Amino acid sequence: MIGFNYSLGLESYGRTLPPDWPGGFWWHWLVFTVIILAFVMTVLLGFVWFERRALGRMQARLGPNRVGPFGLLQPVADALKVLIKEDIVPSQADKIVHWLAPVVTLVPVLMIFAVVPFQDGALLVDLNIGLLYVVAVSAVPILGIFMAGWASNNKYTLIAAMRDVASVISYEIPVVLSLAGVVLIAGSLSLNQIVLTQNTPLILLQPLGFLIFFIGGLAEINRTPFDLLEADSELTAGFHTEYSGMKFALFYLAEYAEALALSALIATFFLSGWRGPFLPPWLWFLLKIVAMFFVIIWMRATLPRIRIDQLMALAWKFLFPLALLNIVVTAIEVLVWPEALPWGLIPVNIVVAGILVLFLSKKFTLGWGRIEV
Amino acid sequence: MTLVLSTEKLATKLEQQLPGSIIKSNKDNLLVNSGFLFNLASFLKTAPGLEFDFLSNITAVDYYDYFEVIYQLTSTKHNHSLVLKAQCYGRDNPVLPSLVSLWRGADFQEREIYDLMGIKFEGHPNLKRIVLWEGFQGHPLRRDYLSW
Amino acid sequence: MVIKTEPIILNIGPAHPSTHGVFRMRTTLDGEVIVEMEPIFGYLHRSIEKLAEERTYTGFIPLTDRLDYLAAMSNNLAYCLTVEKLAGIPVPERAEYIRVIIAELQRIASHLIAVGAFLQDCGAFMTPFLYMIREREKILDLFEMVSGQRLTYNYMRFGGLSQDIPDEFLPALRKFVDQMPSYIDEYDQLLAENEILLARTKGIGILSRETALNTSASGPVLRASGVEWDIRHADPYSIYPRFEFKIPTGMVGDCYDRYWIRIQEMRQSVRIIKQAMKQLPPGPVRSTVPWLIHPPVGEAYAHVEAPKGELGFYLVSDNSIAPYRCHIRGPSLINLTALRDMVVGWKIADAIVIFGSIDICMGEVDR
Repeated sequence: MIGFNYSLGLESYGRTLPPDWPGGFWWHWLVFTVIILAFVMTVLLGFVWFERRALGRMQARLGPNRVGPFGLLQPVADALKVLIKEDIVPSQADKIVHWLAPVVTLVPVLMIFAVVPFQDGALLVDLNIGLLYVVAVSAVPILGIFMAGWASNNKYTLIAAMRDVASVISYEIPVVLSLAGVVLIAGSLSLNQIVLTQNTPLILLQPLGFLIFFIGGLAEINRTPFDLLEADSELTAGFHTEYSGMKFALFYLAEYAEALALSALIATFFLSGWRGPFLPPWLWFLLKIVAMFFVIIWMRATLPRIRIDQLMALAWKFLFPLALLNIVVTAIEVLVWPEALPWGLIPVNIVVAGILVLFLSKKFTLGWGRIEV
Repeated sequence: MTLVLSTEKLATKLEQQLPGSIIKSNKDNLLVNSGFLFNLASFLKTAPGLEFDFLSNITAVDYYDYFEVIYQLTSTKHNHSLVLKAQCYGRDNPVLPSLVSLWRGADFQEREIYDLMGIKFEGHPNLKRIVLWEGFQGHPLRRDYLSW
Repeated sequence: MVIKTEPIILNIGPAHPSTHGVFRMRTTLDGEVIVEMEPIFGYLHRSIEKLAEERTYTGFIPLTDRLDYLAAMSNNLAYCLTVEKLAGIPVPERAEYIRVIIAELQRIASHLIAVGAFLQDCGAFMTPFLYMIREREKILDLFEMVSGQRLTYNYMRFGGLSQDIPDEFLPALRKFVDQMPSYIDEYDQLLAENEILLARTKGIGILSRETALNTSASGPVLRASGVEWDIRHADPYSIYPRFEFKIPTGMVGDCYDRYWIRIQEMRQSVRIIKQAMKQLPPGPVRSTVPWLIHPPVGEAYAHVEAPKGELGFYLVSDNSIAPYRCHIRGPSLINLTALRDMVVGWKIADAIVIFGSIDICMGEVDR
């Protein structure tokens, strides 16, 4: 950990605080934890509203518009409603696991934000293995979802849980491999450092990596078209069928927090994070997050859901080889023509990505079809 | 327009094929001896020129003395249709042969008749109540069933 | 190493988001694969056939609305045709034309729900469904103009209609008919070429031609399997011979074909409505029929091509004011016969899609 730079968009904050004030690190820890939690929760409420409004617009309806101006207070009303709901636990459920599952799901998602920079150095802790930390922590919510599915003692939730484990184990691989390309170019695992090296957004240099990360990320956070474990038309409500009240709300929050985390990570890894002209950095960061989240909403409003075997086939037969090829291509580029970075290689990479995707998609068939029984 | 087959002509042809199978024929239906129903139906299904490949409807009517089961047969190939009728007597245990092995479309319809009318179809693979629950007393579509 | 596995039994329904009512599939699963499926229904049984025996002929018309409540006009039409056949009641020209227009509008409305619900079963979150609801609203508005109702219309009578169409109906209908083709194109563009939809529906739940015929499937399900069998064409009722329309048929009999056929049928229905509007003659909409009819002793079976398939009514008369026996051949029930064949071997997600592609209405299954 290098020295702390207390600049938080509020330029004065960094300047007014002496670097050797009492308890330096812990104050930093406290301030940033509070800030991150406040930021995440506020943005989540905003996201809930935004998604419902945007979905409504896309679906030729209005969306919530009664509570507060433009329905802005709808998430608050929802939260209040959910708080006064009865908390139902199935009689045959594994009560401790059932109780623990929402917490295990939500907390790791919040932990991801510890290493996401909001501005140069404005992050809770600038881990030099930040990317590994993100990968590791983002896999933990799956445990919570599996716990929920298992503990509810319901066949639907169990099927959803099995789907979840299968999909996440598969998609972890292409996601991590696609990030390897980012690391090769940035030369660092620290998220702050990755942003600092992005003079051009990495989406241009790593178009393939971006696509794989985005698709794999969607599968990991279980958003459409990979929302197999909620699959309301198949499994009623998937893993949270037996949850109600605040526990359900925690799952609901976790889902949006995951979407927020994915948007933030994409913004950090591929869209040059908080960097941008004119506007203050935190605003740039927020704008990029919202833009990514809008794409996610857009996909939710548009796409049907794919099947579990198609999901697995997509991960193993399509994204996995693509991610490997992406690493090879990126490694060669970084080793052989480091001086051509970035502008010379942008068109090359885009063309390579296009060719690879086209080529593999011709060879790729989804799913296994009917099974003789 | 679906041709309604001239049943007189057909009746003589069927009578040659299976003597004693036709009890009565009038201009739009054939009353079949229920003992011959299955053989007659399989003949109608396969005989060239007839080929009734589509069993569009089965229903039963309660006439107190007997139950009449009505089969609406259609041939999508020749676009003609035929109405078969079979009667079964006795209110306690009326029995008819099942046609499920010929037209699987009869499956749910025969179950429904069994459920609501109480006619047993011999040879049906899964003859149980379909819309009412197991253990329901009586067969509501019978004319003498009192609902209150 | 062979892992020992055990099948689990999963009840899909009766209260499940995509069973379109209170249908229940008792599935035996091997992992996600369905190895056995038994359809169970009866949760919505209202013994409508028995109720018919206790009502006058006219008094039964409102109950037909409750059969397939997404296509109530078609049920009205089928029942009225049967009684007219039984009692020999003539129908004026104008009434015939309006009946055809109304029946085709109803077909569009029902197919809109069918396609929308099917796409929702595929996992497209609400969007296609709400788009199709939007157009269905317009049809419901038209129906409200003619009958005053939006779901259970009770509009047709023996020998015609309960009342003539109001003056504002035809302009509104013309506007709708002009707009509808572009809306249908929009639905096509929404998802028809979508990779995920193709992967989810192409080759899924194939119903072969032979099985379809053998299991008495009808309507779009039968036509998707490649049988060109449309009662409007094969056994025309009302004045359908006067109109030109195509019968779309599928090649494979998979879920995509059933979806595609419904889209095409909407186009053909619009075509029929346009022709009928041109030819619509003036005149009465109802022949003189006594309030209580006593049809002669006998029986009659009439069937129509309802949106979901062959809807037939079998009526037996004993010359009283009430039917001696009324049987309803509900296409929804009989189309379900082939469901087991279609879903076994597929996954749960496919079973939902296959079930959605059949398009049933529980009011008609259980009756």
